[in-house]
Amino acid sequence: MESKSGTSGSARWQDELYDELRRHDITQFAYVPDAGHSVLISRSLADPSVHSVRLTTEQEGVAMLAGTDLGGRRGVLLMQSSGVGNCINMLSLIKGSRFPFLTLVSMRGEYGEGNSWQFAMGQAVEPVLTAMGVICLRAERPEDVIPTIEAAITMVFQGGQAVAVLLTQKLIGAKKF
Amino acid sequence: MESKSMASDAAKPAAPRFVLDRRVAVPALIGRQQDFLHIAGLAGTVYDISALTDSGANFYGLAGAMGAACMIGLGLALARPDKRVLVTTGDGELLMSLGALATIAVMNPPNLSILCVDNGHYGETGYQVSHTSLGVNLEAIAQGSGIKLTRSVASEADIAEGARILREGNATAFVLLRVKPTDPPKVKLNLDGAVCRETFRKALLHHA
Repeated sequence: MESKSGTSGSARWQDELYDELRRHDITQFAYVPDAGHSVLISRSLADPSVHSVRLTTEQEGVAMLAGTDLGGRRGVLLMQSSGVGNCINMLSLIKGSRFPFLTLVSMRGEYGEGNSWQFAMGQAVEPVLTAMGVICLRAERPEDVIPTIEAAITMVFQGGQAVAVLLTQKLIGAKKF
Repeated sequence: MESKSMASDAAKPAAPRFVLDRRVAVPALIGRQQDFLHIAGLAGTVYDISALTDSGANFYGLAGAMGAACMIGLGLALARPDKRVLVTTGDGELLMSLGALATIAVMNPPNLSILCVDNGHYGETGYQVSHTSLGVNLEAIAQGSGIKLTRSVASEADIAEGARILREGNATAFVLLRVKPTDPPKVKLNLDGAVCRETFRKALLHHA
């Protein structure tokens, strides 16, 4: 599961991403452990002013963020592309009640992927999210990450939308086998 | 052999542990409903809590997204440590999200209580038998998931202790209420989730 990258460039945008989320008062981080989000996850675990919530399956995070909103707080769901498939019916909660919803998806099954198992869900991420009313924004380069997350945060917490920021394999690197 | 034992179970009337009437037992366990922010699972429990709160502004109930109730409760309880959150849900809805019990146990917010109204059946779809009529014990699963404060309520004698657990705890509480498979109170449901969300937030946050 240990990730590719580990380059200092990758760690830098991931740290900046965490700081950006915190600057916008995101205080609940929900995730199934994942290499692609390892910096965000470890930062959230080390941060006493946020709740860092390990899930058993990603759909739990969709429901949790609805509760976060009911309580007047902001949260984010961190997941891998395969986890998107676990969320589909639960997203009817978001669409039906117009909950704001922010998720960051670390992509597999696309640019440079060597594991054939990852393609089915990786390639389905955008069509199924779009079908459930979630707007997809792709980040392809390190310099895209912060502007993209800023755009997403505005769309979600001011515009009331559901938005997925896809951290693509071009950005995070393909896992080596 | 398996089918034989199932057949003999099915031939019995309601097992002796499913005797309470939910219309009596749920209000008795919850007591003063205004003391909680309520999340309700779909089907039976959304009727139970709609009736109890008169679909009040302290109530958000599901009519879909089965399996969401406990985790909505967790997000809300973490967001509002100053309020007591009660998730009331059925055996069918809880069976769909058993992992949520593990997730909640790890976080263990002391202001969250879960009341599972277990009638051993999928009432909304025609009272098909659920796993809990066939040997699955949801209190044991909650315990095994790591929830430290659990009780089963199967008779009138158990209600006072169950009610205490739902309100007190210095840890997340789980109460399994076993009831007979009879209908919840019939009230008109608010099926517009967006209106329900706005009403809830407006009351809690004093803005929408």
